[in-house]
Amino acid sequence: MDNAIVRTLRGLGEKVTSRIWRLGYASRFFLAILLHSGTSLRRINLTIREIYFTGVLSLIIILVSGMFVGMVLGLQGYDTLQRYGSTEALGVLVSLSLVRELGPVVAALLFASRAGSAITAEIGMMKATEQLSAMEMMAVDPIARVVAPRFWGGVISMPLLAALFSAMGIFGGYLVGVQLIGVDEGSFWSQMQASVDFREDILNGVIKSFVFGVIVSWVAVFEGYDAEPTAEGVSGATTRTVVTSSLAILAADFILTAFMFTGS
Amino acid sequence: MSLEPLVEIRDLNFTYDSRPVLTGINMTIPRGKVVAVMGSSGCGKTTTLRLIGGQLRPTSGSVKVGGQMVHELSGDGLYALRRRMGMLFQFGALFTDMSVYDNIAFQMREHTDLPEKVIRDLVMMKLHAVGLRGAHDLMPAELSGGMARRVALARAVALDPMLIMYDEPFAGLDPISLSIIGELIRKLNDVLGASSVVVTHDVQESLKIVDYVYFVSAGKIVAEGTAEEIKQSKVPYVHQFVWGEADGPVPFQYPARPYGEELMERAGRRG
Repeated sequence: MDNAIVRTLRGLGEKVTSRIWRLGYASRFFLAILLHSGTSLRRINLTIREIYFTGVLSLIIILVSGMFVGMVLGLQGYDTLQRYGSTEALGVLVSLSLVRELGPVVAALLFASRAGSAITAEIGMMKATEQLSAMEMMAVDPIARVVAPRFWGGVISMPLLAALFSAMGIFGGYLVGVQLIGVDEGSFWSQMQASVDFREDILNGVIKSFVFGVIVSWVAVFEGYDAEPTAEGVSGATTRTVVTSSLAILAADFILTAFMFTGS
Repeated sequence: MSLEPLVEIRDLNFTYDSRPVLTGINMTIPRGKVVAVMGSSGCGKTTTLRLIGGQLRPTSGSVKVGGQMVHELSGDGLYALRRRMGMLFQFGALFTDMSVYDNIAFQMREHTDLPEKVIRDLVMMKLHAVGLRGAHDLMPAELSGGMARRVALARAVALDPMLIMYDEPFAGLDPISLSIIGELIRKLNDVLGASSVVVTHDVQESLKIVDYVYFVSAGKIVAEGTAEEIKQSKVPYVHQFVWGEADGPVPFQYPARPYGEELMERAGRRG
């Protein structure tokens, strides 16, 4: 009996300390990326290539999802607003929901599963096939040459993708609200212009998506670099990237929202 | 050229997770020679290469390459030394997102300011040396195992290194590729005036091309000598290894209780 308790406690302690140790390792890795970012900036082509792979190739999923989210917002928003006879506020509802919350958060979740997992799998496979080791032996630092450009590519792509997501969403809301249901076009756009504040709403949304970009890219490159160099190891790391970054995005969103939008 | 050997390993010990991997290793790689490190899988051969390349640090003892103590070098010093080393990894480790051409040009672009035209000439020369000039625009996924190994070989010698390290260069190759790689190792070493370390368990192929052999078993050197001396060796482990005998000092059976005893016990339980 005593033994079972001791064993459980020991197992628990071991799990907790190993998680903390890993967090510390990930933080040191983050610092190393920042310190070795010179190459990604000096040889900007390396970063642009990664922006293509993470950003441009994520465009389809981001644009299509944005459109549908906006269209659903249009339908749901109209249904609720008409109860209060204020359907002309549909533009405000759609745009604020997207710019403040849904744009950054949903785009980041999609980005984590589309681009984050790909980054982890790529770096993990490079490790498993000794490509990173080979690079080290060629006196080229893999953190500077492989990891940092992918990190910055993700960080730069994320706010742009979130902005495109919101823009497509607003267009989707317009299609459903104005073209399909028949909300007055003038009030749809003018109320939106009057109520959406550049600093308060749009800038805060951009800040959020930048933070999410850092989170997803950091988790993705770290999991790839730290993956067990086997097929199972890489697949496990890919899954962890999606799960960890999604949870971290939602947690960070709550904290950021609490600081940005309360009391205003 | 000084007569001092290029690589000198003295009283080297290396432990991993408190498990001894290498104990009391003394090894010399003279300039211009091809030296093989042989032994069965997991005996510490690859670890030796990683210690020479500075990817691992010895627990005690010293590794000296080109007059420099590898384990005492700073990060920059180590990278400067590695620019003069080339390494062929077990399965080539070609960069899968780059063409054959870009793989070989990689180090030239990273470490030199050579104009692209000069790089092109150099890359084509290296590819010609391994017989794959015509394959320069293929991707690694389009190459056969033997071709990939030759490209990796061309990449390892891209910057004309003073030391070339080979990690299992013969693993998983067909007989034709095998002898091509063997010949290339010898030829490149002699043409470039380099020194080579070949870590392998392919006895027949490597004994044809090497000048000297170190035999490692369980982290210790058990025999050394020229190819001829190794073939004649009376050391039981070396004899079993060279002649590929199924049983000997390395037993066929994984350690277990006597089978008879186990059967009797099971019969007793059933009865």
